[in-house]
Amino acid sequence: MENKNTLLEVKDLKMHFPIEEGVIIRRKVGYIRAVDGIEFELGEGETLGLVGESGCGKSTTARCVAQLHKPTTGSVLLEGQNLCTSSKVDLLKARMDMQMVFQDPYASLNPRMTAGNIIAEPLQIFKQRGVLNIGSKEIVEKVEMLMEKVGLSRFFRNRYPHEFSGGQRQRIGVARALALDPKIILADEPVSALDVSIQSQILNLLADFQREMNLSYLFIAHDLAVIQHISDRIAVMYLGKIMETSDSEELYKNPLHPYTEALLSAVPIPDPEIERARKRIILTGDVPSPDTERHSCYFYDRCPKKMDKCAEAVPRLEDVGGGHKVACFLHHDSTE
Amino acid sequence: MKKDIILKVDNLRTYFNTDDGVVKAVDGVSFELRKGETLGIVGESGSGKSVSNLSVMNLIPSPPGKIMGGTVIFDGRNVFDLTEEELRNIRGGKIGMIFQDPMTSLNPFLKISTQMVETIVLHKKVSKEDARKRAIEMLEMVGIPKAEKRVDDYPHQFSGGMRQRVMIAMALSCDPEILIADEPTSALDVTIQAQILELIQDLSKKLGTAVIMITHDLGVVAGMCDNVNVMYAGKVVEKGTNDEIFADPKHPYTRGLIKSVPRLDKPKQKKLYSIEGQPPNVIDLPECCPFFPRCEHAMDKCKTSYPPAVKLEGSREVSCWLYEEKTSGK
Repeated sequence: MENKNTLLEVKDLKMHFPIEEGVIIRRKVGYIRAVDGIEFELGEGETLGLVGESGCGKSTTARCVAQLHKPTTGSVLLEGQNLCTSSKVDLLKARMDMQMVFQDPYASLNPRMTAGNIIAEPLQIFKQRGVLNIGSKEIVEKVEMLMEKVGLSRFFRNRYPHEFSGGQRQRIGVARALALDPKIILADEPVSALDVSIQSQILNLLADFQREMNLSYLFIAHDLAVIQHISDRIAVMYLGKIMETSDSEELYKNPLHPYTEALLSAVPIPDPEIERARKRIILTGDVPSPDTERHSCYFYDRCPKKMDKCAEAVPRLEDVGGGHKVACFLHHDSTE
Repeated sequence: MKKDIILKVDNLRTYFNTDDGVVKAVDGVSFELRKGETLGIVGESGSGKSVSNLSVMNLIPSPPGKIMGGTVIFDGRNVFDLTEEELRNIRGGKIGMIFQDPMTSLNPFLKISTQMVETIVLHKKVSKEDARKRAIEMLEMVGIPKAEKRVDDYPHQFSGGMRQRVMIAMALSCDPEILIADEPTSALDVTIQAQILELIQDLSKKLGTAVIMITHDLGVVAGMCDNVNVMYAGKVVEKGTNDEIFADPKHPYTRGLIKSVPRLDKPKQKKLYSIEGQPPNVIDLPECCPFFPRCEHAMDKCKTSYPPAVKLEGSREVSCWLYEEKTSGK
């Protein structure tokens, strides 16, 4: 990926949410370490898949990148500009290049706005703030163009979200994200709420736009098969940490981290013959609560291959060759 | 072969009357369940998977729902002819059920012990002490550590996967003949899903319980089931054994569905196959094949009448006009 320009760079990102107690006097009694020190890069026209189980900090990461949460520490560099320390005006401009698509197409569209107004809203907002110079007529044209592009008839402009099916709503969500011609789209589980036959439509749509507009995606999903299909590179998260990251094909062929192995083996494959022959690595126990500071490997409690040394230090995310990075003592010795 | 059949659903039709018209949620569904078998019912949202199984237990809220016809023979009797009390014996007793969201199907105000003991006392006619022992035994069986202590916990003290284990323990506590699992793992993570599916598989084998597995996930079906029913818009469009369905799907919908799932074991494709169009609106559906607007092989005939179920080789059945000629030629 060296040949591609790096658009987004995240360094040592941490997001700790305080846990408060007390009725009148609120005091902090601890922190939920939703994201606990991660780093990644996203190149131009590239798709980085972020995969992991619920509560591992995928969505928080996306929200930190968009500065919807102010990260506790760390930096988010968009084309060299650190968003964490940017002024409001600079941040607004930066957000033009960075739009989001959300999981639930029912909750993420305002039920009182028409489809046309929903798609036009980003344009309106940036026009009002004086960042974007666009006439009302142009906005209407743009909205119609976007609707046709995502496969909706422009005559649906005056319809309300409840008149659309789930798949069509997600198309509206995609059109809204594209309205400002962004460079990056943060897609937070964009297909998880959709049926299989609709899911493939939306995935194809996103892939088409990427090719056409050279978009970069930070694509979050818990479905490994979906992630593999759409991503160039994949980062596997667990408990607020990136456990392994590499090229998508390499990761699936040659998973190094025991967590990645278990995750891949747990995915059911729609073929009875393969299913019968497969050996599952079944992890015991649940994901531990992220409210404690860890000095051991984050995966220690559930790891089937744990060693003594894993209890004593946190392994670093270290390159073991060809851009394949893994945070596990089975493959290197460096600690954090 | 016929003897083993413990549940026979015949031409079941469940309609909902709404302001916009009649929703034919289940429209002429027939299937059989044999002893110890795992039957998968697969389909997308709104295809009638859940409603058909709620109808089996006569649990459709009426109004607006109404069972318009058909029979469900369980234990030699039609479920729809039973009194409310006889039904209560079946629900939770002879037929256990687990739902998708374990948090909403457990009462958050009651301890697990209270909820489990109530069920066991009601169906097994044993003392409370014995019921409690049975509850602990069941919790141990589903792999809840320190079951003796945890039986007195409240549902919120368990994690999602653990809660689903509690649900399974509860559903199996009265030795049901049938376990209906309605999307039991859809709310869970993959690693937890693998645990729960293995648990259901192990227990059903051990206890000889037949399982009806309702899911939208073809991968879950492939790994768990003996036979599969594919549903679309309230109708079963294809039936067959697990291997048959996946190796050689006959109905264009099944074929499309299997092709449109991205797969880990296959090399990456440039473009995913996708079934174009939207799922059908089931309100006031005309007499036609509901899949024809999205079907690659749609013919004129498909627009005017619904194809009857055609028996093919083996145990297969498919409802599609493409296969009609073959049988009439015989």
